[in-house]
Amino acid sequence: MSKVNQQTTAESHALVTYDTHPDQYAHWKLSVDGPVATLSMDVNEDKGIRPGYKLKLNSYDLGVDIELYDALNRIRFEHPQVKCVVFTSAKERMFCSGANIYMLGLSGHAWKVNFCKFTNETRNGIEDSSRNNGLKFLAAVNGTVAGGGYELALACNEILMVDDRSSTVSLPEVPLLGVLPGTGGLTRVIDKRKVRRDLADVFCSTTEGVRADRAREWKLVDHIAKPQQFADALAERTAELVADSSRPDSAQGIVLSPLERTSDESGLRYRHVDVAIDRAARTATITVHSPTGDQPKDLEGIHAAGTNWWPLAMARELDDAILMLRSNELDVGTWILKTRGDLAAVEQMDALLIRRRGDWFVKETMGFIRRTFARLEVSSRTLFAIIDAGSCFGGTLFELALAADRSYMLATEDEEEQKPEIATSMLNFGAYPVVNQLTRLQNRFCGEGGPVEAVFNQCGERFDAASAMKLGLVTFAPDELDWDDEIRVAIEERASLSPDALTGMEANLRFAGGETMETRVFGRLSAWQNWIFNRPNAVGEQGALRVFGAGSKPKFDWERV
Amino acid sequence: MSINYSEKIPNNVDLANDRKLQRALEHWQPRFLDWWREQGPNDFASDDVYLRTAVGVDAQGWASYGHTRMPDYRWGIFLADPVADRTIGFGDHFGEPAWQQVPGELRSQFRRIIVTQGDTEPASVEQQHLLGLTCPSLYDLRNLFQVNVEEGRHLWAIVYLLHAYFGRDGREEAEALLERHSGDADNPRILGTFNEPISDWLSFFMFTYFTDRDGKFQLKSLAESGFDPLARTCRFMLTEEAHHMFVGETGVGRIVKRTLEVMKELGTDDPAAIRDHGAVDLQTIQRYLNFWFTSSLDLFGSEVSSNSASSFANGVKGRPDESQYEDHVCADATYDLETPDGIEQVNLRNAMNEVMRSSYVKDCEIGIKRWNMQIKRAGYETPLRLPSSRFRRSIGSWSNVPVDPEGNIIDRDAYDRQLTEWLPTESDQAFVHSLMKPVTAPGKMAGWIAPPDRGINKLPVDYEYVRHH
Repeated sequence: MSKVNQQTTAESHALVTYDTHPDQYAHWKLSVDGPVATLSMDVNEDKGIRPGYKLKLNSYDLGVDIELYDALNRIRFEHPQVKCVVFTSAKERMFCSGANIYMLGLSGHAWKVNFCKFTNETRNGIEDSSRNNGLKFLAAVNGTVAGGGYELALACNEILMVDDRSSTVSLPEVPLLGVLPGTGGLTRVIDKRKVRRDLADVFCSTTEGVRADRAREWKLVDHIAKPQQFADALAERTAELVADSSRPDSAQGIVLSPLERTSDESGLRYRHVDVAIDRAARTATITVHSPTGDQPKDLEGIHAAGTNWWPLAMARELDDAILMLRSNELDVGTWILKTRGDLAAVEQMDALLIRRRGDWFVKETMGFIRRTFARLEVSSRTLFAIIDAGSCFGGTLFELALAADRSYMLATEDEEEQKPEIATSMLNFGAYPVVNQLTRLQNRFCGEGGPVEAVFNQCGERFDAASAMKLGLVTFAPDELDWDDEIRVAIEERASLSPDALTGMEANLRFAGGETMETRVFGRLSAWQNWIFNRPNAVGEQGALRVFGAGSKPKFDWERV
Repeated sequence: MSINYSEKIPNNVDLANDRKLQRALEHWQPRFLDWWREQGPNDFASDDVYLRTAVGVDAQGWASYGHTRMPDYRWGIFLADPVADRTIGFGDHFGEPAWQQVPGELRSQFRRIIVTQGDTEPASVEQQHLLGLTCPSLYDLRNLFQVNVEEGRHLWAIVYLLHAYFGRDGREEAEALLERHSGDADNPRILGTFNEPISDWLSFFMFTYFTDRDGKFQLKSLAESGFDPLARTCRFMLTEEAHHMFVGETGVGRIVKRTLEVMKELGTDDPAAIRDHGAVDLQTIQRYLNFWFTSSLDLFGSEVSSNSASSFANGVKGRPDESQYEDHVCADATYDLETPDGIEQVNLRNAMNEVMRSSYVKDCEIGIKRWNMQIKRAGYETPLRLPSSRFRRSIGSWSNVPVDPEGNIIDRDAYDRQLTEWLPTESDQAFVHSLMKPVTAPGKMAGWIAPPDRGINKLPVDYEYVRHH
């Protein structure tokens, strides 16, 4: 088979979905024993998500990571008593060899970038759960670990590595593949693990990596143990992490039922979220609906509602919609964010969330919402919020408007009922930080205290377009005479601009203030990686990624740019 | 410590004038001797063994015989004589001058391949370290020790390359070669097969026939390497390796011969009767053969391999006897691979492991033919057979596919059921172990093995090859 044919195959447009269940996993085994969940990686080499490559040596592709993402959510919700998650491998002497290189070599640019982004988000989600929800993670590296495998370990609280004198840890991307360890590797080695800069330079440019003893010496791993002592060391480290966790000792889990989704050419429909795609305009209108009808008032009711409880159901649907759009609708470059329903119901739901935030399920639900909003912002799509008649951008849902690149709010003096209003709640002041760890309000005002305080002083009040404009909470407030045209022109104009330049511009403007590990991963690391992914030295006919495996050496253009 | 280098360590690499190499070896040599004492055939440390020692690479030098205590053995460092103006014989660098130093960009690739090869040399000494206690004759005991000391010398040869060409990393890897031990759960040897103990002589002969033959093919492919010191080192190792296969081929042959004698004496081919008479029935020999052949096949690696492609393309590792092929670049050639799903066409460069495995299988058949000639001459119609190379594989596309020894895919249950007919059972092993009683009078043989046709270096079979002290 020629390379060209293979590429066509790998790029053929089978719809990617993120639906799975532990019973259907091909690559992971999830086992739960009291406060410890073990996620054992056992990749089935014949079950790649796309044809054309084999997932040898516990290497992964998007399909493997979709299962991982699912498993993490199962642990968060279905096994609340789990305090520590152990990542390990079911293969002999091979923990994980990272992203599959043949898959990367066969994939087009967008597929690679999408894959890396999702992988990054899942690793960030691990750290998010550890930071905010007390779920601890241990990488039990029981064999050689390379590239993305080590990047997964880097996302954990601790790394325990087997010291059998032959297993190694490495980030061989630069010397072997001519690309970067792009799912956080370069960033976490220095920012998180504080590996000395010069040692990191040696480590990241060495194909074969280092064995356990040096790995510990260089701070690449936390603990090492001989094979015979590995089980004991694992038990000891797990016990410490369990003791460190704030998750409940015993609780009834919430089963994550399959999402109810219908999809066709015109879009995606869920219970609380609707996506309407206009292919000619290259826009997707994402509408989130408020809670309707009687909502649970107490914990018993909330737990009984479980996966159907509006905050969780809404967030899962929105999360799925974002992922589906990102994977399957590359040309749809502008996402229009809308809400529909009863602002009061949204405000009441926020009040309930605040009152019951100590409960594990409420906490996990807010974690899910937090990660979903963060996913929205790092998506390479223009986000415009439309605050029109019938909308309900309050509190939690107002975060959608704050996440947008711009927001348009209808200013009208007409019928009182049709006049859109927005509102903040306490949840806008800390519950859902952006990846730069600022609240969306702080982020909006670039970290300046005054404007945030002005909003805070009126927390809980509703604002019409005029007061929202005054407080700086919306971008434009056209009246009903201008409204339709203003919105149409704005969207059409936006959609006509270079998608590359827009992605770059949005990514730069969306995250104000200082850098965090996550902004560095999504900004510096991803941007460099994506540049390299486009260069002939990586993806040209003779580029390192393309020739990998066939034996020939890449031919580089030696010019340093 | 001061060492008289040319005296203590026979060599043709000008060790006496190489300060860097001396420094490395001064540190390593005591550790090697400690390792030999701990992991080698130490029960026989004070015995005088009739061994050949390499003191040069010419016809006289490479096989100088004499009695020596094994810890005093002079492990030397030898490279086959250089070929003038040698060029690289395969891959993308075809026709360029061979490298006298490791190219920086290939350094880690070379190091890995050298370490993996090197790791097997001491491993086999460790696997066999108790065998001497149950030797079937002094002749065999001596052959075992000859194999052991030469595996030790091969380790020296590898360590020389690491010390001379790979700097600090090389020195660390050389130490690690002594730190991993066969079957050590904490520090196992790199390749799985080399962690299985060899506790009986039937297994030892099978190992030297089949597994050392894998070593021969690895060495032959490295003898083609574009890195000239590696090529020359391996070429010289091959002269010694031949003896190991000789031990295997004649060892199995002598067991077969003895079995046939017993069958003739008893007038039956009934396995139970043969066993009662203290010989090994041909069926058991076949099962041991199946086991060792198949586990050696896995050592060649996956049928489709990116490592093998890059080793070939980069001039690191060629095909055994590369000169017999017409196309030495193989950039666009393909190979038709038999997989469980049918023929798959792959790039030839990615199929080099399979190319090598096929030549290996052919080479294995030669000894089988010799053993079968004896069986046929004795009037029996039950020849020994190599199982299909798809049978009992743990690596590659046939791994864990239920295949019978003829190569047919069969039902999983039928496979599991018949495995005991195809592979040594616990009772086979118990029986073979029950035969393992030391025989140490000069010229005497254990009852399950025939004497060899001739002795070592033109000496008689009843020569006292090992003098016990």
